[in-house]
Amino acid sequence: MTGPLAPLAPQHGDLPHAEPGPVTRPFWDGCAAGELRFQRCLRCRAAQFPPAEICRACLGADLAWERSAGVGTLYSWTVVHRPVTPAFEVPYAPAIVDLAEGYQMMTNLIGLPPDAITPGLAVQVEFHETGGGLHLPYFRPRTPS
Amino acid sequence: MSSSRLAAIVGVHNTPQGRRLENATSRALLVQAALGALADAGLALEDVDGVNAEPDAAGVIYDLSLGPAWQGRQFGIAAVPEAVSAIEAGQADVVLIAAGAARVYLDRASTAPWTRPENEFVAPWGLFTAAEFALVARRHMIMYGTTPEQLARVAATIRNNGHHNPEAVYYRRGPFKPEDILASRMVADPFHLLDCSMTSEGGCAIVVAAADRLPDVAARPVYLLGAGSDHFGPSYRYPPSWDLGGRRDGPVNGQVGGHAADRAFRHAGIGRADVDVLELYDPFSFEIIRQLEAFGFCGPGEGGPFVADGRIDITGSHPVTTDGGTMSFSHAGASPQMLQRVIRGVQQVRGQAGPLQVPGARIALCSGGGAGALFNVVVILGAEPS
Repeated sequence: MTGPLAPLAPQHGDLPHAEPGPVTRPFWDGCAAGELRFQRCLRCRAAQFPPAEICRACLGADLAWERSAGVGTLYSWTVVHRPVTPAFEVPYAPAIVDLAEGYQMMTNLIGLPPDAITPGLAVQVEFHETGGGLHLPYFRPRTPS
Repeated sequence: MSSSRLAAIVGVHNTPQGRRLENATSRALLVQAALGALADAGLALEDVDGVNAEPDAAGVIYDLSLGPAWQGRQFGIAAVPEAVSAIEAGQADVVLIAAGAARVYLDRASTAPWTRPENEFVAPWGLFTAAEFALVARRHMIMYGTTPEQLARVAATIRNNGHHNPEAVYYRRGPFKPEDILASRMVADPFHLLDCSMTSEGGCAIVVAAADRLPDVAARPVYLLGAGSDHFGPSYRYPPSWDLGGRRDGPVNGQVGGHAADRAFRHAGIGRADVDVLELYDPFSFEIIRQLEAFGFCGPGEGGPFVADGRIDITGSHPVTTDGGTMSFSHAGASPQMLQRVIRGVQQVRGQAGPLQVPGARIALCSGGGAGALFNVVVILGAEPS
């Protein structure tokens, strides 16, 4: 490969995904509305993601959806060059992000070239609609506000 | 019922393995493997009163007319301690563990079906097993400075074992130097193509029997000295985080298998230095480094330097994955690739590992699973009962 690498971009294809269930639907509704949501346990105050019926920390059943600030740091990543299915354009960068509220989530990094990714990178959420009307919370380098 | 009843592995068999096996089906390979392992043990189908053939043990019991039979439900190498426990508890006398896979991976535009998650929080991010395990490897590189060259050393070592193994799919496809691994195309950074397991077809089987049946059996028995099983959750549904832990103090997911290994060694009454050969599960090169640390053969973060100096070579102090593993021997679907670690351990302890025999091997540690999949199972085999 020669020349500077292009910045990673959101996907456009009709991506594989599962249908939301009653426990997870509020998250996806939030994505469609441009809002990153997570569960907060009303008993022990733990932040929780992915969603579940009970709090994984104290087993409390009283969980409320909260809006995340959508900012965090990069925990780990990979750059994929052989797509899982032809629906994905390569390269793409699956990543685990530590959110400021104290939970982790899986995402893809966008908005920077693969060779510019560094551990602990400050990131922020950015929603993009892919094929089939799926709204996904991508993360890009955080711009100072 | 005697409380001191003892079980042993008395038969093992691999069918021919290949990238594609003409006219093979999963069921035909399973049957061929089952008959091979029984022949190795000097036993007949009529002797079998227990079966594990996940994910369809019930179908195998029916189709091979083996009922009424005890049915095992564990997946991968955990099937072996499960069978031993069933026999020692008097629930069965002869357990057949069998698996086969062919014509499972047909859509080559996508990765192998058993590598692709369907969970709603994983699938749209384009994850598959190489990417899941890469997220774990990257975390280790961030924490400890582990290098792609150290990963490549692992891949070259295991692929060179396969290069010398006449049974391996990639027999005589080497030899490999670490530079060859690093020169192969990138799949999921830091994993190059040659850091990853292959896909293939094949069958394999293991027969476990009560020691009081030993006068009947032809093969040299191999004993389960200890086993352990660590699980952090379902595979490929949650982020494969190094730091995922539970409410008890203990190893985190990045060290999955550590608690299992401690249990296995304690039960066996032996130490790490007593192990002659390590038949470690090798879905991706980094998993060997991770398991050497988790199992206590080196300290946290020391796995990279540990593998870089020849210790894991077939002639080294800690020979690993001596048949060539899933990178070079075979990787036929979800189940066979795991059981084959135990089969290789049995071959080593019996002295039947051919050109890759570790001289005088008496104790083998075998593993299945890894941090990218949130589970790891450890089995320690010995030539003598503990």
